[in-house]
Amino acid sequence: MKILSLNFLTCAVKACKSSSASYPLHPKDAELVQDDIELNPQLLVNLMPRIDWSALSTTATELGFPALPAQPPTPEELEADEQKLKDLHNLLMQTQIMEGKLVCGNCGHEYAVREGIANFLLPSHLV
Amino acid sequence: MLPTPDTSHVSYERIYEPAEDSFLLLDTLSTPRETAFLTSRFRNEPLPLVLEIGPGSGVVIAFANAHAQLLFGTREILTAAIDVNSYACAATNTTVGKAASEHASTHGTYLGTAQGDLVAPLRDGAVDVLIFNPPYVPTPELPRWPTATDMVTSVANPSFQDDSYLLSLSYAGGVDGMEITDRLIESLPRVLSPKGCAYVLLCAQNKPEEVKHRIRGFGDQWRVDMVGSSGKQAGWEKLQIIRVWRE
Repeated sequence: MKILSLNFLTCAVKACKSSSASYPLHPKDAELVQDDIELNPQLLVNLMPRIDWSALSTTATELGFPALPAQPPTPEELEADEQKLKDLHNLLMQTQIMEGKLVCGNCGHEYAVREGIANFLLPSHLV
Repeated sequence: MLPTPDTSHVSYERIYEPAEDSFLLLDTLSTPRETAFLTSRFRNEPLPLVLEIGPGSGVVIAFANAHAQLLFGTREILTAAIDVNSYACAATNTTVGKAASEHASTHGTYLGTAQGDLVAPLRDGAVDVLIFNPPYVPTPELPRWPTATDMVTSVANPSFQDDSYLLSLSYAGGVDGMEITDRLIESLPRVLSPKGCAYVLLCAQNKPEEVKHRIRGFGDQWRVDMVGSSGKQAGWEKLQIIRVWRE
């Protein structure tokens, strides 16, 4: 699963949905792999307004990536800075979480990730 | 006709095999009417998220991802899926990857597939295009719904009984074949974005007119139309695809 997935996911426990602590989920013991994908600058520029930047920053830091700037880069900044483009391409397009856990900051439940697939089925006591 | 994704790697003992319903979804999504709708609706939205619930073999989401340029008028879409069956999740990853590599100049950006109960792990308003080919066959009762510790978490050699159970999750719909679909429909106001829409397959026994009536009951802005059908049988559409959206 790509890291950007965590922008769309939250705890599957109904009672956690209303708590801001349930998003983003926190990766734990994550094993990452890098795919080799061709850099598409325009795609990254257009992706920026789609991203919840503060949640992505939290996720990136927790996964051990260098801290992201406080604000998402503007199209002009991105187009002028090849290193910035490459870093974002690596983070958003090439990196997958293959193993580990995703932890809810509200209830503490840990969702296992195996072979790149997160399991959001709940144990019977939480259903 | 756009090419159908290759699913020759999929184990049909425990994963739903693409059938008439799957192909009706592919045909419907690629009609001029639907490609025009999708293209104009998301023209000014950055990278809409196209999410399939219950992809099974992955044939439908692989098709949508591989042919993004033709369906949406742009390659700039995100795609993902959620299935209750972990084998289906793995199969979907492979199917999407194969189809994308065969259509290298038209495919979107695939985020991955997670295992889960319908839309339970999704944030509010996350989905722009939701696709659902449900377990729609009327059955006396629903299979036991799986939990985290069930065998639906991959083991190397599932038993015949396990395989039968996994397949039952892909078709058994309980009363009117609607028990699972109703749960999904009730979650649409929560998970669809303001511009979001959903494509849901129904069969004649699902009482489609009642389903449409329930959706219109969500409020004045809700719309539902039949956008694809497999033809009539005794005066009824055997299978149909409805599109649900807000104006």
